[in-house]
Amino acid sequence: MSETEEPRRRVIGTPSSEPAALDRVVSERGQEIDAVAVLPSDPENLGHAKRIERIVALCFILAFFAGVGFIAAYVGIEVGPSAPAHTDLVDEAFRSNLALGLSLAVALLAIGTGSMLWVRHLTPNIEVVEHRHALRSDPEDRAKFEEFFTKGAQVSQVTKRPLLRRTMLLATAPLALAPLVLLRDLGPLPEDSLRVTAWRKGLRAVVFGTNRPLTPADISIPGSMITVIPEGYAGDDDALAKSGVILIKFAPGQLQVPTVYNGKTQLYGMNWTVDNIVAYSKICTHVGCPVALYEQTTHHILCPCHQSTFDAAHGAKVIFGPAARPLPQLPMGTDADGYLVALSDFTQPVGPSFWERG
Amino acid sequence: MSSIIARRRHPAAGYAAVAGGLVVAGVLYSVLSGGGASAAAPANASTSIAEGKSLFIQSCSTCHGLDAQGTSQAPSLVGAGAAAVDFQMSTGRMPAKEIGAENPRKPTDFTKTQIYDIAGWIASLGGGPAIPSASQVSTAGANTALGYELFNTNCAQCHGFAGAGGALTYGKYAPALSAANATQIYEAMLTGPEAMPVFGDGTITPAEKRDIIAYVINTRTEPNPGGLSLGRTGPVTEGLVAWLGGLGFLVLIAMWLTAKRRDRRIESEQE
Repeated sequence: MSETEEPRRRVIGTPSSEPAALDRVVSERGQEIDAVAVLPSDPENLGHAKRIERIVALCFILAFFAGVGFIAAYVGIEVGPSAPAHTDLVDEAFRSNLALGLSLAVALLAIGTGSMLWVRHLTPNIEVVEHRHALRSDPEDRAKFEEFFTKGAQVSQVTKRPLLRRTMLLATAPLALAPLVLLRDLGPLPEDSLRVTAWRKGLRAVVFGTNRPLTPADISIPGSMITVIPEGYAGDDDALAKSGVILIKFAPGQLQVPTVYNGKTQLYGMNWTVDNIVAYSKICTHVGCPVALYEQTTHHILCPCHQSTFDAAHGAKVIFGPAARPLPQLPMGTDADGYLVALSDFTQPVGPSFWERG
Repeated sequence: MSSIIARRRHPAAGYAAVAGGLVVAGVLYSVLSGGGASAAAPANASTSIAEGKSLFIQSCSTCHGLDAQGTSQAPSLVGAGAAAVDFQMSTGRMPAKEIGAENPRKPTDFTKTQIYDIAGWIASLGGGPAIPSASQVSTAGANTALGYELFNTNCAQCHGFAGAGGALTYGKYAPALSAANATQIYEAMLTGPEAMPVFGDGTITPAEKRDIIAYVINTRTEPNPGGLSLGRTGPVTEGLVAWLGGLGFLVLIAMWLTAKRRDRRIESEQE
């Protein structure tokens, strides 16, 4: 004798408020259920089932055509210079990607949707719960096993003969420790590769991409900036990864690089600039992105990755952001022909800090 | 109309009202603010420096000073050169609407002759880079591949790999390169407007500048390999679509998969 209650506001996932007659069949612990007898052979509402069947059939037919379309797109749309009517690679790739992606997506989605509707609406919605018998063995079996295990240990002589036991451990110990030694040998140690770059005394700075050496007169306009690499390393990506340098030209009086020493090693100084042109490492001291967003009006260098901001006029001091150290300065001078050259390598490691940097 | 009134208490009525109001406001704004005016290309007249001076005093001297010597609000233009004037004025950045972090591109009120006149007067004050000729910015025979390398090294970190623009500090930004013509790109590299550094002819030669222009213009017209450009800013917009769209869709599917099925109990319509 139940009154009809106010129906609950339903959202996706709210279980139905009224249980069906054969909603759940639960067994006693350890008892089997005859699934053949319990499962209904047909859905309850045949009209609804027929409607769902039609929808599922449509989904599968759509999947069929989409799948055929996928094969047709793969065979039909050719991409690349060897294609018969080759126009533009990007254009062809776009059309091919679009056709393949759409057809595959539609095919898989249609199969998935059809299968889901089938299972949800055409198969019986009955929970059959067979409780397991207890997993724990009964006490007699446990006692018997304990006896058997102890007898087995005695029979194997391991418990009775300590010499055997101890020499067995001795034999296996070195082999167990061997992987430690073997794995230590994997790969070369960095040694000093983190502390040196490709720059050397007398190496000219050339424009990256065109490999043209520069004189101070080439960078004469205040506010100029250009990326340079050491001459001769144009194709060597390993060397270039650490050796990118930005040259920035300032108006007279604006550049005030402080003179900084680390013990006996000079790190920054105005004597390392040429005609108000200063050279900083392009590798950010935070995580190593190329930091080359130079704002001429504020003379700030900004790294695009995490927005570390360096003040280029004052030795690339960090004024914002997660970088912990200023950008290293490359000592610059001119050679006999007037081209800009490095006076030595960087006097501190470039790029992100590392544990042994000291 | 009565059907709308009848549904005024529908749960979605509030959302529909807000959406409708936004649509109306947007349409009104775009209609009333108007499109951009384009400056017509003039006949080749010799620039009149006197005319340029009077135009300058009318429109620019309030901020830049009567002799372009600069005031507290705007820098001196002595030595800035004709190219800088042509760039700033032809893109509409000058005369600046307001003193802010950066001057955005906007439709210009000046004809090309007027801009050239003002540029001529500024150039007469202190020299500076000249306006490039048509042949100087022509991309015929340019090496687009080298332009790509130079763009990636020197320009992409601010302007984006596809020239879609990027953010700088304190409200400044590097604008998208989709609207600039070849002359404006050349002038921008030559003069380094606002926060942009200067790429003089000594560091990037005129031929290399043409290569960069060829690359920028070429990239503008290339189709997007995936179909949608998503702003051409790369991981940000693509990640947004993947997280919100893709993951959201997957979450909805998961909710549907695990929802408890309702049993339909319809007494009527038994076959």
